[in-house]
Amino acid sequence: MEIVFALAIGVLVGSGVWLLLRPRTFQVTMGLALLSYAINLFIFATGRLAIDRAPILQAGGSTDPTQYADPVPQALVLTAIVISFATTALLLVVIIAARGLTGTDHVDGREGDG
Amino acid sequence: MSLVLIVLLPFIGSLIAAFLPSNARNAEAWLAGIVAVTCAVLVADLYPAVASGEVLRVVVPWLPQFGLDFYLRMDGYAWLFAMLVTFMGALVVLYARYYMSPADPVPRFFSFLLAFMGAMVGMVLSGNLIQLAVFWEVTSFTSFMLIAYWYHLSDARHGARTALTVTAMGGLAMLGGMLLLGHVAGGYDLDRVLEAGELVRSHPWYPAIVILVVLGALTKSAQFPFHFWLPHAMAAPTPVSAYLHSATMVKAGAFLLARLWPTLSGTEIWFWIVCLAGLLSLLLGAFSAIFQRDMKGVLAYSTISHLGLVTLLLGMNSRVALVAAVFHMMNHATFKASLFMAAGIVDHGTGTRDLRRLSGLARAMPITATLATVSAAAMAGVPLLNGFLSKEMFFAETVFAGEGPRGHIALPAMATLAGMFSVAYSLRFIHQVFFGPPARDLPRTPHEPTRGMLLPSALLVSACLLVGILPSETVGPFLATAARAILGDAVPTYSLAIWHGFTIPLLMSVLALVGGFFIYLYLYRHRAHGRTPLISRIDGRRTFDVMIIRLIRVAGFVQRLISSRRLQPQLVVMVCTAAVAALVGAHTGQVAWGPMPVSSVDPVFAVLWVVGAVCAIGAAHQAKYHRLAALIMVGGVGLITCLTFAWFSAPDLALTQITVEVVTVVLILLGLRWLPRRIEMDDPRRRTLRARARRLRDMIIASVVGVGMAALVFAVLTRERQLDLARFFVEHSLPQAGGGNVVNVILVDFRAFDTFGEITVVGIVALAVYALLRRFRPAPESIDLPRAQREDTERRHPSAVDPNELLPPGYMMVPAVLVRLLLPMAGLISVFFLLRGHNLPGGGFIGGLVLATIVIVQYMVGGTIWVEARTRIKPLYWIAVGLLLAGTAGMAAWFIGGTFLTSFTYDLYLPLIGELHLSSTLWFDIGVYMLVVGATVLMLVALAHQSLRSYRRPVATSSPSVRAEVDRTAEVSR
Repeated sequence: MEIVFALAIGVLVGSGVWLLLRPRTFQVTMGLALLSYAINLFIFATGRLAIDRAPILQAGGSTDPTQYADPVPQALVLTAIVISFATTALLLVVIIAARGLTGTDHVDGREGDG
Repeated sequence: MSLVLIVLLPFIGSLIAAFLPSNARNAEAWLAGIVAVTCAVLVADLYPAVASGEVLRVVVPWLPQFGLDFYLRMDGYAWLFAMLVTFMGALVVLYARYYMSPADPVPRFFSFLLAFMGAMVGMVLSGNLIQLAVFWEVTSFTSFMLIAYWYHLSDARHGARTALTVTAMGGLAMLGGMLLLGHVAGGYDLDRVLEAGELVRSHPWYPAIVILVVLGALTKSAQFPFHFWLPHAMAAPTPVSAYLHSATMVKAGAFLLARLWPTLSGTEIWFWIVCLAGLLSLLLGAFSAIFQRDMKGVLAYSTISHLGLVTLLLGMNSRVALVAAVFHMMNHATFKASLFMAAGIVDHGTGTRDLRRLSGLARAMPITATLATVSAAAMAGVPLLNGFLSKEMFFAETVFAGEGPRGHIALPAMATLAGMFSVAYSLRFIHQVFFGPPARDLPRTPHEPTRGMLLPSALLVSACLLVGILPSETVGPFLATAARAILGDAVPTYSLAIWHGFTIPLLMSVLALVGGFFIYLYLYRHRAHGRTPLISRIDGRRTFDVMIIRLIRVAGFVQRLISSRRLQPQLVVMVCTAAVAALVGAHTGQVAWGPMPVSSVDPVFAVLWVVGAVCAIGAAHQAKYHRLAALIMVGGVGLITCLTFAWFSAPDLALTQITVEVVTVVLILLGLRWLPRRIEMDDPRRRTLRARARRLRDMIIASVVGVGMAALVFAVLTRERQLDLARFFVEHSLPQAGGGNVVNVILVDFRAFDTFGEITVVGIVALAVYALLRRFRPAPESIDLPRAQREDTERRHPSAVDPNELLPPGYMMVPAVLVRLLLPMAGLISVFFLLRGHNLPGGGFIGGLVLATIVIVQYMVGGTIWVEARTRIKPLYWIAVGLLLAGTAGMAAWFIGGTFLTSFTYDLYLPLIGELHLSSTLWFDIGVYMLVVGATVLMLVALAHQSLRSYRRPVATSSPSVRAEVDRTAEVSR
């Protein structure tokens, strides 16, 4: 599982970085979306992979941390998901506003050579 | 204690002065005057202690581990300067009260003047080299602000900029010198540095220290070749010129040279650098002063010349010369300040300072004329005035200091020549302005000023006279104390008497007086004014300006060379830097995989991620050509990410991810419409070589970074897990926070402050989106209806939407019925998620996103107009109320004695319902919920609303309330 997980993140990062370096605003937006998935998965991975151990406690149940998935990266990723939604929204509005103002969807606001 | 007060009072006064009303001339002057007089009295009060040879110290530990303390230290020398600064400050304040016009914004003036006074006193009382450098810079800065006081004049701005650039550069050099010096001496406190003279002089760094420290001193004291800033600083109001640019601040350089004299002096290199700079300043300053047109210009160049004299004395490595230097600094302050005051009075009374226009003012202003004549005589070195005494000492030193036959002749000869120039410009200054025929075409009729303006000048002139006639009774003891403070027991014998018999120095004085008289006579006959002969081409200011312009050009060139405004190169650099940093880290640290065993691969999971990888690569390929397909594929990756979270025991994340995914896709779908027409697949064979090379480069970067990240993740996953944080939260979640869902407990309780900050950010982003879209201008080709809608409209509905209909007509009727049915159910589900979040997967974020989703689905199915005609949701209120709830939930903790956002519970028993468990975290989570609903809906609606821009909407007719609603909508969308 670990290998699949690592390769998955690798593919997401590779695609994301490729899109990040493209000249069109929509490509960059998509690239950032892919990168944020990858980063969220990576942060999540720092708690290691655990199956059927959701950090939901029952009253009187075990409080041994090894019995549960690590809740800290999960809390971090939860806020990261919401924040990345907010930044995506802002970025989207900025690119369509820039498109309206400059007449192009090139990241520099004018057609470059690519 | 009073030492601290002396430094602190001016700064406090400065703060108060800054906040007085702008026309409070009297209040400002009283405040500044009281501060200055109080400080002067406090300084005077310390004299008995200082005179007995004691060194007063106040040490406040600051960074003791670096040997840095706030250290005030007053010995006889510092006392003399502190007295000069505070006493002169009091006189200048009095003078400025009458000099400043009622139209000038005085708070700024007095505020900076007082700040300068504090900095200057702090500088002279500093017992620590670094602290001294700090105060030194503060004086430069206040000087800058005061020169630029009349900032509407370009001369003032330019002069201020030049002065600051030159002095700050010097200050930087000096700071470097101080650091070296402190390092060599083994500490930054002055006592240690003064004792370490032998050590410092024999150290290999000694030349560097001398050069750097002397650079600081020469720039500050306007010495050649850095003298050019001082004449341009004359754009400042005259009280500033009198105070900063003649009496005190420009003396800081000389002060420092004398302060460090025991440590740094006594070597060849010191002699050559300091003497040469001093001698050149002395001669060039005096020579230039003769030809100035502006009264203040004469005084500025004369100041350069007199400071050159002081510097020359300090460079001679002779103890008597040091005493003479200190003595001359005091004398110069008295006569030059009173001359500046006279220049200001003339300027005030006549409206001009131009020497060619002024003439014969002695009739109209006799008192001013008398005072100015006496101080000018002191400046020229006429006997029975203080200037004569120190100049005599200077002449005597030049005679004895020179080595070899050439030194014996050359140095005294040059000193005499400078003396002649000095006499000539003094004569010209007085004769031109106050004598001769009365001037006719002056802007104002000259008149004697008020007494308040004359008094400071009169006091200074009487000091000149008193010191000049009775030197050993007046200034003698103070000078002796100061000399003892610098030289210790090695104070040389010197005589302050007026008459030493017929000596060579006396002969030189006589020669200077006679020669100066004839030089002036010659120039007067030939009407030589304005342009300085011989050296007018050595123009410091021009050189400075050219250098600054070249510097800016070079900077621009370098910037063009190494930076880019284009986003792509910046991103390449960023990504590559991160990759290289990671590679370096991996190279130096441990790179091996961890020891943990790898679990077996579940084929379903593997297939899932094969699909995910295909989606990701497909999205990367299609994002340019087919945006919708790319978006769908990115959504697919999001879905698989969500499944991965669910797979590995993170139900909260899975729920959040799926709701966010829906909202994000909807959002981007709404935005797609405003991007330009899609690019059809281009022919790879027609790509330019450049484009191909770039794509190859990006491909390599992307692959390297991807492989690196995969390796990093694998290395992390095979390592032993650290349990400390997890243990804390798992163990304390139930007992302390009363919640079983540890993730939610972390969010709303343990780390609630982070969440509070986060929801604030989300709210701000929503407002920013809303604000950006209010002024949105779509591109022209996006304004038409999209093709699909256009064809649809032509076929069936001539008028697109009628907001009065109960349901949207046509094929959207069935979905509309469904989503309306869904609305209450989804609302219920969102509340369900919100309430159960503390113990089971759910929470405010997830609940809020669910509700926001169903609201936006109404928009998608019913159309913007139709929904807005009926909408009851006001996103801005939801954001505001949500933030308020979360904030008050945090503040409520104050009432039970906790800190912000401490959670507390309250168990309530209600009849019928039973026991009710109320927790402040729920209150907080409801705030999160409301904010997320408001922010998400606001963003989506603001974007959805843009579709109304493209065409005129039909106006609703039946119900007035609906019509009003639609009108408002139109208002917003416009």
